[in-house]
Amino acid sequence: MRLRLRPCGNYKESYKEELPIFETDFGRISSLIGLILLFFVIPFVFGSYNLYVLNHVAIYAIAAVGLNILTGFTGQLSLGHGAFFGVGAYTASILMTRLHVPFLPSIFAGGVSTALVGLVFGIPSSRLKHLYLTISTLAGQLILEYIFINWESLTCGASGIILPKSTIFGFDLQTDRSFFYVIFIFFVIFLWIAKNIVRTKYGRAFIAIRDNDQAAEGMGIPIFRYKLISFAISSFYAGFAGALWATYVASISPEPFTFGLSIEFIAMIIIGGLGSITGSVFGATFITLLNEALSQGIGYLMNLKAFTGMVTIAPFREFIFGLVIVLFLIFEPKGLAEVWRIVKSSFKLWPFSY
Amino acid sequence: MRAFRGEPSVYGDAQPAKRQAELKIEGLTLIFGGLMALNNVDLDVRNGEFLSIVGPNGAGKTSLLNSITGFYRPQKGRIIFNGEDIKGLRPHEVTKRGIGRTFQNIELFPGMSVLANIFLARHLYCNYRLAPASLFLPSIQKEEVRHRKIVEEIIDFLEMQPIRKRLVGSLPYGIRKRVELGRALALEPKLLILDEPFAGMTLEEKEEMVRFLREINRRWMQTTILVEHDMAVVMSISERIVVFNFGEKIAEGPPEVIKNHPEVIKAYLGEEA
Repeated sequence: MRLRLRPCGNYKESYKEELPIFETDFGRISSLIGLILLFFVIPFVFGSYNLYVLNHVAIYAIAAVGLNILTGFTGQLSLGHGAFFGVGAYTASILMTRLHVPFLPSIFAGGVSTALVGLVFGIPSSRLKHLYLTISTLAGQLILEYIFINWESLTCGASGIILPKSTIFGFDLQTDRSFFYVIFIFFVIFLWIAKNIVRTKYGRAFIAIRDNDQAAEGMGIPIFRYKLISFAISSFYAGFAGALWATYVASISPEPFTFGLSIEFIAMIIIGGLGSITGSVFGATFITLLNEALSQGIGYLMNLKAFTGMVTIAPFREFIFGLVIVLFLIFEPKGLAEVWRIVKSSFKLWPFSY
Repeated sequence: MRAFRGEPSVYGDAQPAKRQAELKIEGLTLIFGGLMALNNVDLDVRNGEFLSIVGPNGAGKTSLLNSITGFYRPQKGRIIFNGEDIKGLRPHEVTKRGIGRTFQNIELFPGMSVLANIFLARHLYCNYRLAPASLFLPSIQKEEVRHRKIVEEIIDFLEMQPIRKRLVGSLPYGIRKRVELGRALALEPKLLILDEPFAGMTLEEKEEMVRFLREINRRWMQTTILVEHDMAVVMSISERIVVFNFGEKIAEGPPEVIKNHPEVIKAYLGEEA
């Protein structure tokens, strides 16, 4: 078989050849190399802290991919994904601590239960559109936050839950490296599934609902059902990510699952690129790294002699965070996915400019 | 004459029994607040017929189409399609029963390519569920390829091959109308409803469109309802014409009769002084 790394034309001979995710053999080979690097090189080269950051990147990327299916593809903005992330985290934690359910079933239960919660909060989408629906998802966020804090018999309230050690098929998951494998295997699988969903009739229906819901209905798409499917898939991703996160950090409290986290998820998909699966990964990477860099930087500055006593430097983090989002909206509204496309195509054409 | 170009297989082997379409509207009344958009309308559409609906602006033509396709909910009357009352069904349920339509102000999906727009309309016929789709199993791939082939046949038939990967938002107006026709054809409708498909087209584009419409109607026996303002087109293409004014049907008959109908002349030109 001859490889077609950079075909200078369309050599396809059947419609089946148009189905693969990667258009060229170059794309296939480089992603294969990427996967090999990811699983066989990175865990051994990187230190514990770097792996910790990478694990967070992958967890947030799973949630961001989910949100992108709902917001970027189906066009329904959700301000509740921070709480959905929390629902998954709490379900998994409660199952593991109270009922001693093993690791794998717990995280899947986290995803499924969040999908059900997402379905409930998706019901208003039958009547509400745009801003009104957004506000109803905000209500969902606040209701769930309230439950996390006040249903103490179930969630242990503000004191939180300490999770037991996770094991998978008899292996202890304690180090960042062992978790790295679990998280990234799920990351790759869920990325692939999301890609499959958006390239079949489901994805087409989602995009049609986003672009023109009236016409979508005229073309035989039961739009309410598809909005609910989108809500369910999206919250499954968020809940699964939340469950992974809870088992990884091994202790949870209501604190992280606030409205602020919802906004961070939205920032991820805007910066990454709405309606792009790879974009969500870029966005999650960018925001997580930015967060890490900012808190490290601020921590460093606060310890300097000149700044001691100036507590006011802490909000600086939020300021830079907001600034970055605004700059992205102005200079590259299509997000990092578009930047990536431009970079790729200019490499392809190099040394010519077009 | 048999033209050597795309012949969509879903139409080509013409299964008349499967594509049977009989529409009967009885006493349909649609009221918006104090405005009577449709007043006690009766209408018959026979199998294989090319029926045109004309009338001045605001006569209720589009209201009638929207009532048939479920976008409006008429207060009174019955809409019987192939023996079933479809009044009050949601638009997607009406589409499922075999009524496909185009819209007056092009309602395509601008963020999708021509191919994807037409592909979307195959949704009704994509027989698979979420779980296998999310794994992209071989059966799904086979199904996708089967529909891709049908979509390509329609693209071929409407002579849109060079623009199949273009985004619809970047296409000229007349071509978009053609994409919309393609999307409606991909629904394999028993009854095809066209809402002003000629509006805003150049003469050449109109001639092409007439050619397509004649072919799907004459060769493949596609039952069609056309709403149109361009009288030259309507007169040349229709077998029967229905004229509306102020929500009421004022005349009905073949083109020659309508041309000289006194009520029609009054509605369009006003009364003689």
